[in-house]
Amino acid sequence: MSNLFNIDIVNPEQSFLSKDNVFEVVIPAVEGEIGILKDHIPIISFLKPGIIRVFSESEEQSFYVEDGIVEFKDNTLSVLTSSIFDLKDADKNFVSESISSAEAELSKDNIDDQKRFLLNHKVEVLKSISIN
Amino acid sequence: MPSLDDLRKRITSVKSTQKITKAMKMVAAAKLRKAQENAEKGRPYSEKMNNVILNLSKSITDKENAPKLLVGTGEEKVHLCIVLTADRGLCGGFNTNIIKKAKSYFEKIISENKTLKIITVGSKGYDQLKRQYKSYIVENISFKESKNTNYFDADKVGKIIIEKFEKNEFDVCAIFYNKFKNVITQIPQEQQIVPLNEDKDDKDVSGNDNDYEFEPDEDEILSNLLPKNISTQIFKAMLENSASEQGSRMTAMDNATRNAGELVDRLTIEYNRSRQAAITKELIEIISGAESL
Repeated sequence: MSNLFNIDIVNPEQSFLSKDNVFEVVIPAVEGEIGILKDHIPIISFLKPGIIRVFSESEEQSFYVEDGIVEFKDNTLSVLTSSIFDLKDADKNFVSESISSAEAELSKDNIDDQKRFLLNHKVEVLKSISIN
Repeated sequence: MPSLDDLRKRITSVKSTQKITKAMKMVAAAKLRKAQENAEKGRPYSEKMNNVILNLSKSITDKENAPKLLVGTGEEKVHLCIVLTADRGLCGGFNTNIIKKAKSYFEKIISENKTLKIITVGSKGYDQLKRQYKSYIVENISFKESKNTNYFDADKVGKIIIEKFEKNEFDVCAIFYNKFKNVITQIPQEQQIVPLNEDKDDKDVSGNDNDYEFEPDEDEILSNLLPKNISTQIFKAMLENSASEQGSRMTAMDNATRNAGELVDRLTIEYNRSRQAAITKELIEIISGAESL
């Protein structure tokens, strides 16, 4: 029996990625990373800044996402996100710009703990991208 | 009766107008195809978003503590209306139709003694509404600089709405835009986005939604998701609008081109007739001059 399922990544402008031969997807959910395999129970969660890793038979793809919602149902994983890019065509300038704007945001006084946590996390992830 | 020279000038001027409208029609047709494509590409996102929210709101048992964006503030005194129009004219009844729809809604609100607040998106809507409803307009946004409809712009509008909601500045929010049906027909739409109106025709969504696992809990996901949904709805409206705008412009310019053609035909006949009349007159003069000799 095959252990493959479908993934749809959509952003507001278009369908970003659609595959039907993935066997594992790791998503950076807000309470920690979740690895999803076939026949996972239906789940709805939202994302924090991080890397989505998609493992299919032939290749492994990685995408950076800033936020979004994931839904898994009937062996289809839907990822809705407004900001996503493939790590392979990451734009160095864009990454460093994002880091500096997130850091600028961090230096403001009026942000709550949750936001601070998310921003810190974002900076961390983005920095790890820019090193590679 | 206009002289031959006048007629000739008018024919040339109508012809050059025709050239312009024809060019505008072709530009609109090209843009329309792109806008339509974009609208289609954007559809999965808003559909999925709707599905998730539907599933979520079904599983919420405690309606009283549910997020206010979903169930409303419990009152409906202050209405916020977002009127989405184009930044350019020369597109037939496109802008006027939205405004008409919006105005009838405004009148209803005012006659019920409720407070009305208006946000206009797109400069044409502002121009048409400011005469009559200037005091109600709280914000006027225009994305003239953006070449294409993008999510970033929609998100800006969405954030303004959320901010106002958190400050308790309104209870009910509705958006007005044109839904793209086909090139000839665009239907002005009124859609309530706060509180969220559940679509009645979505009853056939599978009933096994209680099996979902939520991480973190439903409330937190919903309160994170609903603001995003507002931006998504606005973005959807903007996409529909831009396709409608181009479609409307194409039809309008097509009509204008055809009208110009008819006008040229008519003027040409008139021109030929008066030319012939002049020739006949001269002939008669010559003949009668010759007879009198």
